[in-house]
Amino acid sequence: MWKWLKTLYHRLGSPKWFYQITGTWLPWFAAASVLLLASGLIWGLAYAPMDYQQGNSFRIIYIHVPAALLAQSVYMMMAIAGVVLLVWKIKMADVVAQSLAPVGASMTFIALVTGAIWGVPTWGTWWMWDARLTSMLILFFLYLGVMALREALKPQEVAAKACAVLAIVGVINIPIIKYSVDWWYTLHQPATFTLTEKPAMPASMWVPLLIMVLGFYAFLGWSVLLRARSEVLKREQKSGWVKELLQRK
Amino acid sequence: MYFDSLSEFFNMGGHALYVWSSFAISLLLMLLNILLPWWRLKSTRQQLQRQIQRETRQQETSSSITGQQGEQA
Repeated sequence: MWKWLKTLYHRLGSPKWFYQITGTWLPWFAAASVLLLASGLIWGLAYAPMDYQQGNSFRIIYIHVPAALLAQSVYMMMAIAGVVLLVWKIKMADVVAQSLAPVGASMTFIALVTGAIWGVPTWGTWWMWDARLTSMLILFFLYLGVMALREALKPQEVAAKACAVLAIVGVINIPIIKYSVDWWYTLHQPATFTLTEKPAMPASMWVPLLIMVLGFYAFLGWSVLLRARSEVLKREQKSGWVKELLQRK
Repeated sequence: MYFDSLSEFFNMGGHALYVWSSFAISLLLMLLNILLPWWRLKSTRQQLQRQIQRETRQQETSSSITGQQGEQA
């Protein structure tokens, strides 16, 4: 298993191999995200029971929690790609990091907006400057910062390194988001899912949530691969394999 | 279904505005995150294809010109 992962990692470093293999992965990611998201949405919206305290606005959880989860894990992936670029000088890592940023920003935005909408009926306010909400807003600005830095700097190699450094430094925000609900007094409720304990809600509520989380991850793969593939073509347009590939069609 | 009727489903127990606006905004944003990169991939491919065709055509004409010159000489 370890050996297999290692070969996969080395092969993914080759732009040609990356482009070819992701072409075969793409339909699977697409099918999985459509199926999972559709079933999770229908289940969560129409079949899951409502919360006895929050009523039906509780159903916002089915997008809010997956989006917030992805917002943080996409950032971690971007930082890991940054480390791979800086330490092992693998250029494909930068293509992945660049493709991750817009999805991560979108997910953070979704988490913030759905949280604000959810806040109105449950907390009576759409925004509070409390620890969880503020640290999520900082995450959103970190994403925007990475994207702006990429646009502002030339040449590409310099921009790539600067984005990697910013992404890595910003990781400090991730544990702050995670533990903000424990460290400070906040309106926000503690984590819905933990690895060690059984969820506090009944299965009829958390199973559709789990399906939505899986669907969001499949969606992430789909969106990132689409972005990464056009970026690879653009960066490699002078190389032989791109010419050969596009001439054949 | 958890709801008794379709109208109750759309009403969401009075929370329709919150529930449906959250889902609509999120799905729209997710759809854009698929459509925009997809269109870009297609246009990148077409653009590079045209560029490569132009280059090969230029190579062909330049080689045929030098070929003719060779014959004349």
